Amino acid sequence: MTTTTARAAVGAPGRRAPSGEKPLVTFEQANRRLKWALLAPALGFVGLMIVFPLVFTINLSLTDAFGAVNAGNSYLGLQNFADALTDTRRFWPAVGRTVTFTLGAVALETVLGLALAMLMRKAFRGMEIVRTILMVPLLATPVAIGILWMLILDPTNGIANHLLGFVGIPPQEFLGSVAQSLPTLMLIDVWQWTPMMTVLLLAGLTTLPEEPEEAARVDGANAWQRFVHVILPMLRTTILTALVLRGVDALKTFDLIYATKGPGGGSDFEAETLNVYAYGLTFDYQEYGLASAVLVLFTLFIVAIVVVLRRRTERSAS
Amino acid sequence: MRASTTFGVLRAVLITIVCAVIALPIVWMIAAAFKTNVQVTDPTVGLAFTPTWDNFRGVLADGALVQSLGNSLLIGVVSTALSIVIAVPAAWAVGRFRMRRTGSIVLVARIIPAISLLVPWYYMFAQLGLVGSHLVLILSHMFVSVPLILWIMIGFFEGLPVELEDAARTDGLSAFGAFLRIALPLAAPGTASAAVLAFIFSWNNFIFALILADERTMTMPVLLFNFMSYASTDWGGLMAAATLMTVPVLLAAVFGQRYLVAGLTAGATKG
Repeated sequence: MTTTTARAAVGAPGRRAPSGEKPLVTFEQANRRLKWALLAPALGFVGLMIVFPLVFTINLSLTDAFGAVNAGNSYLGLQNFADALTDTRRFWPAVGRTVTFTLGAVALETVLGLALAMLMRKAFRGMEIVRTILMVPLLATPVAIGILWMLILDPTNGIANHLLGFVGIPPQEFLGSVAQSLPTLMLIDVWQWTPMMTVLLLAGLTTLPEEPEEAARVDGANAWQRFVHVILPMLRTTILTALVLRGVDALKTFDLIYATKGPGGGSDFEAETLNVYAYGLTFDYQEYGLASAVLVLFTLFIVAIVVVLRRRTERSAS
Repeated sequence: MRASTTFGVLRAVLITIVCAVIALPIVWMIAAAFKTNVQVTDPTVGLAFTPTWDNFRGVLADGALVQSLGNSLLIGVVSTALSIVIAVPAAWAVGRFRMRRTGSIVLVARIIPAISLLVPWYYMFAQLGLVGSHLVLILSHMFVSVPLILWIMIGFFEGLPVELEDAARTDGLSAFGAFLRIALPLAAPGTASAAVLAFIFSWNNFIFALILADERTMTMPVLLFNFMSYASTDWGGLMAAATLMTVPVLLAAVFGQRYLVAGLTAGATKG
């Protein structure tokens, strides 16, 4: 409505108005200039920070760069990719750990987060306090969280083993053991990020209409049936979006693992995920060529997962 | 009636347990910051002890920690302010002119592993002689906060009624004028929550400063990490430093919970 009026008032495109007035450009033209002018700084900044690095990294991945990135590299073609993909000592175990860590942690976070969101759906006294407590882990510094859990889980002096002793469980090694490191890190991740899932899913739950659930109740469906057949299908889009957000971050988890396990994810690489592996190759071994190949593969892997999940989200939304 | 009372009690118990599991580790950290080193490593002490400020005195007497605290604050504030200046107008343009596709390009920044950018950034900024400067850390943190603020504010502007801006335009304001005088003031709560989140993300960031900072510009998370590798026995000092890092976050959670939830869930519920 307004647009049409504005256009009619402005008249033919590009014609100049008598002196003293603004030059007459159509609303669309003015807006086109305006929107690009407003977008340019942000897009330009992100573009500059991302395009050159991407080209640089892809280029490095095709070379034997080692020691210094600009010290006379020669092109190897796809040799680095072949080396990475045939490396069963570091690369594939790191892929396995990345997948295990992400699937395990995110699955637990989704189930627990959804359960907690369902519990908190109807208002209760103290709701604001609970919501405040939920915000703390997801806003806290991952490095500080890692150090905190190292104190709690210390095999000899930690409170965790002390408490386990009360229920007759023998002391555990936790982060000190090869076998328990990855599961322990997953549990810390679950502690830190389940609240995020709850916050996202709770926001989704409050936007759902109440009628379908009421109708199901009238038809005699019990609480579990209403949850599975009415609420879950309506919440699908939110769950998938939350999975994308959390999944991408979980795949890239670095701070927590590096702070608690150090370079290489421990002496036996027991907690070495792809991100930690690529970091070590780059900054501890200066293997820039191979590291770049690993990073290109890792990025493609993440993008593929996001694209698949986004497709599903769009399909379930329509 | 009976069934719903039982459910209510069960729900209260479960929610209390969850809150305890979430809060107790943080309480444990803060408590440890007020313990002597003997008490920290003795799990039988629990929460019954006489608090001491010695750990805080110790870490605050350390010039490096105070400096890194200042660095984290400076980098967080400046990177957030600059990001707001460039990202909020861009978000309005995306939201008003239905340019979701253009806007979603920026989301690529959220997906890419940061490590794949660090080597080229290091190389690029070394050529410019900027490695180790505050500027390079501000720019790298902006790389996180610009997409974050865009993501939050696009959803926020899309939620504002367009009629208000249209009315302002028929009253003679330009589109940009409508943005400045109508949309921007209305978006103040959204901008505030985006700014607080962006600051916290910068405050928490570890990996960029780990590579791009030097001793002079080191941020708190990196210092904490180094502190742990050199002095792993000084648990009291470590916990005091970790507590100092967590204070702004606790303040944000207590005073801005509602806004932060709005920021974190923006875009998530709409896809």
